[in-house]
Amino acid sequence: MIFEVFRQEKKGQAFQHAGSVDAPDAAFAEAWAREQFGRRGESEALWLVAREAVHEVHDFPDEFDLKYRRVDGYSLKVRLKEARERAGTTPARAG
Amino acid sequence: MTEAQFVDYLHAGGQVEAGDWMPDEYRARLVKFIQMHGSSELMGVLPEREWILRAPTLQRKLALTAKVQDEVGHAQLIYRVVEDLGKSREDCLAELVAGEAKFHNVFHYPTKTWGDVGVIAWLVDAAAIISQKALLKCSYAPYARIMKKICWEESFHILHGRDVVLAMVTGTDAQRELVQEAIDRWWGPLMQFHGTKTPAEEDPMLHWRIKSQANEDARQQFLDGYVPQIRELGLTVPDPKLRRGADDVWEYTEPDWDELKAVVTGHGPRSAERLELRRRFLEQERWVREAVAA
Repeated sequence: MIFEVFRQEKKGQAFQHAGSVDAPDAAFAEAWAREQFGRRGESEALWLVAREAVHEVHDFPDEFDLKYRRVDGYSLKVRLKEARERAGTTPARAG
Repeated sequence: MTEAQFVDYLHAGGQVEAGDWMPDEYRARLVKFIQMHGSSELMGVLPEREWILRAPTLQRKLALTAKVQDEVGHAQLIYRVVEDLGKSREDCLAELVAGEAKFHNVFHYPTKTWGDVGVIAWLVDAAAIISQKALLKCSYAPYARIMKKICWEESFHILHGRDVVLAMVTGTDAQRELVQEAIDRWWGPLMQFHGTKTPAEEDPMLHWRIKSQANEDARQQFLDGYVPQIRELGLTVPDPKLRRGADDVWEYTEPDWDELKAVVTGHGPRSAERLELRRRFLEQERWVREAVAA
């Protein structure tokens, strides 16, 4: 069985994929992952996940162009310029 | 995706995961290259293993044992990457002991004295870490990811090697001489280590972004970093032509490429003996693998 190994370097940090081990069961996987990813105290914790248990998802289409959910959906620059002109608060150009 | 689109994607810095589509040639080159790296880690412990029982102090024995364990661990991680590309570890090992799989030139040579152990851990690992750091940018992401851990551990080996060398050059004249003799022995293989001066545009490994550094760039980086470190200890580099040119490019005697070719095809001074040892242990420990799998 292949176990994917995720490693947390310090408490509070995200677990990151570090590699995988091939082991007959979880107990052996733990022993090998401890040797590979923990013997210099480089990990706070490990997650061992059987590869079949990982449900991977790909492709996130945006059929309706839902720009308002993204940063690039808001172009404040042009409107801010106009608003400042109306209010007479356009900053003087530097230099 | 066409092959041309795939190459464009790689050249724009794109990375590939195990389950992604990839051209057959890319997969084949990855397997060959990564398998060679895994086999080198595994064979690389043998020259050092010969010195575990002869290490001068308990501390040195423990440090050397730890280095050997690290390198075997690297082989395991690297062979896992090869397995996910479609070639089993069993096949990799079978090809290795049959003499059909290559491994790095430096692991085909004898380790005559404790000086060799220091020089291997210091300079051979230094040459290797230059190649491995360039692999952190490999287009094949699972390989690039494990390289982080591998580079990190190699940095301990360089510390260990440097410490061994420093202890010897600050010791007796005889100890110092052992280090100089080891450098004299290893310099040729070290200069061959990064390979021939294939122009970047003709190197398929760079085309596929498996490697990100031309062979000669790696060698120049090695010379830049380590020639001054060797010289500051009062040691000499056995190459009368070695000098840093006006353009900061190192000039050196052309490495013996015939020797490199002969050695990596299994005709080095210790090739047969080390493969025989690996073959014997693979067979002898079969029952352990079977018991664990049962």
